[in-house]
Amino acid sequence: MTNIVLDIDNLVVGLGKNPSGQRIIDGVSLQVREGETLCVVGESGSGKSVTSLTVMGLLQKGALVPSSGSVKLVGEELLTASDRRLRQLRATRMAMIFQEPMTALNPVVPVGRQIDEVLRVHTDLDARARRQKILAMMEHVRLPDVARIFASYPHRLSGGQRQRIMIAMALVLEPKLLIADEPTTALDVTTQKQILTLIRDLQRDHGTAVLFITHDMGVVAEIADRVAVMRYGRLVETGTLDGILRTPAMEYTRNLLSSVPSLVPRAPRAETEEPVVLETNELGKVYRERSFFGKAREVDAAKDVTLTLRKGRTLGIVGESGSGKSTVARCIVRLIDPTSGGVRLAGREISDLSRRLLQPHRKKIQIIFQDPYRSLNPRVTVGETIAEGPINYGMPRAEALAKARELLELVDLPADAISRYPHQFSGGQRQRIAIARALALDPDVLVADEAVSALDVSVQAQVLELLDEIQQRLGIALLFITHDLRVAAQICDDVAVMQHGRIVEQGPAAQVLTHPQQAYTRALLDAAPGRGWDFANFRPVEVAAE
Amino acid sequence: MLGYLLRRILAAIPVMGVVALFVFLLLRLTPGDPAAILAGDNATPEQLDRIRTSLGLNEPLYTQFFTWIGKLLQGDLGVSLISNVPVLKMISQRVEPSISIALSTIILAIVVAVPLGVIAAWKHGTWIDRFVMGLSVVGFSVPVFVIGYVLIQIFAIELRWVPVQGFRSITAGFGPFFERIILPTCTLSFIYVALIARMTRAAMLDVLGEDYVRTARAKGISETGVLLHHALRNAAVPVITVIGTGFALLISGVVVTESVFNLPGIGRLTVDAVLARDYPVIQAMILLTSLIYVTVNLLIDVAYTLLDPRIRY
Repeated sequence: MTNIVLDIDNLVVGLGKNPSGQRIIDGVSLQVREGETLCVVGESGSGKSVTSLTVMGLLQKGALVPSSGSVKLVGEELLTASDRRLRQLRATRMAMIFQEPMTALNPVVPVGRQIDEVLRVHTDLDARARRQKILAMMEHVRLPDVARIFASYPHRLSGGQRQRIMIAMALVLEPKLLIADEPTTALDVTTQKQILTLIRDLQRDHGTAVLFITHDMGVVAEIADRVAVMRYGRLVETGTLDGILRTPAMEYTRNLLSSVPSLVPRAPRAETEEPVVLETNELGKVYRERSFFGKAREVDAAKDVTLTLRKGRTLGIVGESGSGKSTVARCIVRLIDPTSGGVRLAGREISDLSRRLLQPHRKKIQIIFQDPYRSLNPRVTVGETIAEGPINYGMPRAEALAKARELLELVDLPADAISRYPHQFSGGQRQRIAIARALALDPDVLVADEAVSALDVSVQAQVLELLDEIQQRLGIALLFITHDLRVAAQICDDVAVMQHGRIVEQGPAAQVLTHPQQAYTRALLDAAPGRGWDFANFRPVEVAAE
Repeated sequence: MLGYLLRRILAAIPVMGVVALFVFLLLRLTPGDPAAILAGDNATPEQLDRIRTSLGLNEPLYTQFFTWIGKLLQGDLGVSLISNVPVLKMISQRVEPSISIALSTIILAIVVAVPLGVIAAWKHGTWIDRFVMGLSVVGFSVPVFVIGYVLIQIFAIELRWVPVQGFRSITAGFGPFFERIILPTCTLSFIYVALIARMTRAAMLDVLGEDYVRTARAKGISETGVLLHHALRNAAVPVITVIGTGFALLISGVVVTESVFNLPGIGRLTVDAVLARDYPVIQAMILLTSLIYVTVNLLIDVAYTLLDPRIRY
């Protein structure tokens, strides 16, 4: 029997000091052993992050208060420990890495010094010994050119490198427990794979206990030894990885697994001879960075992008961050102006139209954005938001509002939503509102730019279903931008894979995602987490293929 | 860095050029004969003629401009119409009080306000926070002259610790200089303490919610370390902006305070010149004020690049 490093017993965390107040964490018990990875998985609001912050003693003072239960780290009670003792334990016995490597490092301090701070606070080593230890640790997390990176500021490093710095910082004093809160969520799949491998390897070498928090079943399948499923602050079930994925006991876990889109593309739809509604011809966008007196710098954000989309079909553009997929979407909708090439919308060239001449064509193409929390004006009612477009194009107000009501029904929202404000809705509902807003102008083409990326899987599945249904009813063409190959596999007829602003591979989804011709597409598919599992059918993919 | 500084200084030249052109045209484009404006209402034709010749008003406009710029670059700002003293000399006499007051005010304000703002943000929502914010409302709303007279009443008249008013150059010794400068400094500091404390608090509150502050805490760093090493430097950019513009405002003249404490500063010189329509002095003051703002902005931008490595031009 290996040692228990973290023992959470019947933990309750309440909102505010009032003991009868709302419970954010309600009676959670978890154990993590030496050398083991426990994945805590759950959708947003399930309390998984609050649990980890409670362990670290990093809850916002006065706002969230642990009211009962116990949290023991190697036998030592943490809930009653003094601030001073908690500070001593952090980084030495328990350490944490966070979701956003972009913002988790102090932007105005070189990264080497940020790691050094840990050693200065917790050890008596002199400057030279500290530096040597840090450089060794940086090499250990497989950072290149460590002397240079030591002196670099965070903004000079890539997302993956920053997360490696965070890991180096967390593990430099060899803590017993590492808490990783969605550490790869903000990273591209290929980087994600490297970081997951790194955490695994380091854990093996040092026998660290890892509490790994994620919403991504794919990541769970890659890294977990045991899994704990959380919902509404309660523990739904715990079990071994295999047990949870093959024979989930609880309904919620089954639903969660069923919602994970499969990497196996859906059955292809018959080719159609419907008219082409959107075409781009060698579309290009060059960003020029001018500086006063200095020389200009040019970046090809998109180059020679040629796409064709027919009525009623869905074309996916997939790629990692910086691949230019959003740039292409924005050029097509003319939110930004392409620098070369053409965009034909319903047979009419629109890439060189002036803003004023473009106006009548705008209604034919509409866009939905990634973050429904920021893409709706918080001071305008839902009805006004949806009706604004048609009113702009001359529809009488009463008629436009009536239409808004119809559309809300179409996207499965109650008609009384019309007079409410965006903050009164959940993320999934807001994305439905955004879809209704886009549909209000009866567009021929709907561009969805990472439209389901910010949503929990169960909500994601519903929104994807909604888009599919709308497409069948209205015969709309969908241009679907995503970094998530699973989502692409489930919604796209055709897929274009982008890298460094160019399309590297293009074709029917079934072909591109199962028999990729290009090395880059293969690498992307290889890196997709949990590709060995067919989650919805509770079995590994190999079995499914038999 | 040096290259950036050089480019910025070069870029300031056209800005000052535009200001100079505006100042030059101010006199020429005012309706009526510039000579008549300069000479005042009771001038004789001979006087007008003399002024025209001395200012070269009979020359074409661009020749006049370049002659004027040429003189300007040699430090010849003209002669006051009222006192017949060279403008440069008038200004140079007034610069010391203004710079002394501006510097001491801004230093005092920073020393008091930044810690207040940091503490208020740290103890956000507590009575300390509310007290500091209340103090800052008072600082904003009480007129400067009221604060000035109250301070004079208490410290100069009742307690007799310092003289009521006036100014002594620092060359006459630090003691006399200091005891005359302390009250106006305190008076002016009120509003700047209010301003800077508020700004510091707001910026600190923003930064304290950032992920890297959480990271710093997760490292086991003490609360003081988190506040001073991680939060404050990140909060500095907006605070520096306020301090910079505040300093520019101070140095280009604080008329009320100068009047209350009878200080021979730049503010009163400007107001007197405007009231007397002493055009050469007005022109010089506009140029000087612009130069101060351009310089302060340059310093603020340089401070940005030093404080935040992400800012590069």
